[in-house]
Amino acid sequence: MADETKASESPRAEGPGERTAGSERPDRGERRPPRAGGPGGREGGPGGRKFFRRKKVCKFCTEKIDAINYKDVRLLAQFVAESGKIVPRRLTGVCTPHQRRLSLAIKLARNIALLPFAGRAA
Amino acid sequence: MNRTYELMFIVRPDMLEEDQDKLISTLETAVGASGGKFVKAEKWGKRRLAYTVRRFHDGIYILLTVEGGGGLIHELERRLRVTEPVIKFLTVRIDEEQKRLDKIKAIRDARRKASAAAPPPAETAGEAPAVTA
Repeated sequence: MADETKASESPRAEGPGERTAGSERPDRGERRPPRAGGPGGREGGPGGRKFFRRKKVCKFCTEKIDAINYKDVRLLAQFVAESGKIVPRRLTGVCTPHQRRLSLAIKLARNIALLPFAGRAA
Repeated sequence: MNRTYELMFIVRPDMLEEDQDKLISTLETAVGASGGKFVKAEKWGKRRLAYTVRRFHDGIYILLTVEGGGGLIHELERRLRVTEPVIKFLTVRIDEEQKRLDKIKAIRDARRKASAAAPPPAETAGEAPAVTA
């Protein structure tokens, strides 16, 4: 368990986790219960996605953001890729009800030129 | 028939301040004539457009909030369509969303009042047992 924690240190540092520092602490392993089983098969593969197991939580649920408004470009832009595409739920961790509202808001914002449409030269 | 709408529209970036005000006031009188209620107008100023609209890269955003029925919106949209400097507009009905938000807020306030005695460090409390386990 302890070895595994050390081995996975560098790829996780690239990920979007906020817990990059202090990885030597023994409490790390206990934070994610499913870590012991899953990673074995994919160990050694290329890319930083191997240890992408941290349970993502919905930003709107945790920060208690009720209103997903199309005028709030700053907020919406966090969920739009560089290309203008809406980032899928599996990458952002947004829950289904919020993703639904989010996508509607993004589409409204696109309509009034606050956000770009996907696939067009900006 | 009292619905609340937001009309957001973009005018050409070279439109003068007084022309904008004139446009807003004509729309305001049109709202009154159609039996609606003009709530407020908000000028966002010049913003960069996410894509080109009628060969413009920038635009001046103006946001109106009105109350009224569908006929009012029909009239306002017709006016915006025939107004030359307006390059894009969007109408959104907001009262139902506002109602939903008010409901959530009411629930949340009620819950907060109920647990006013105990401090609500919900996130840290959930984290602590996982660490010590």
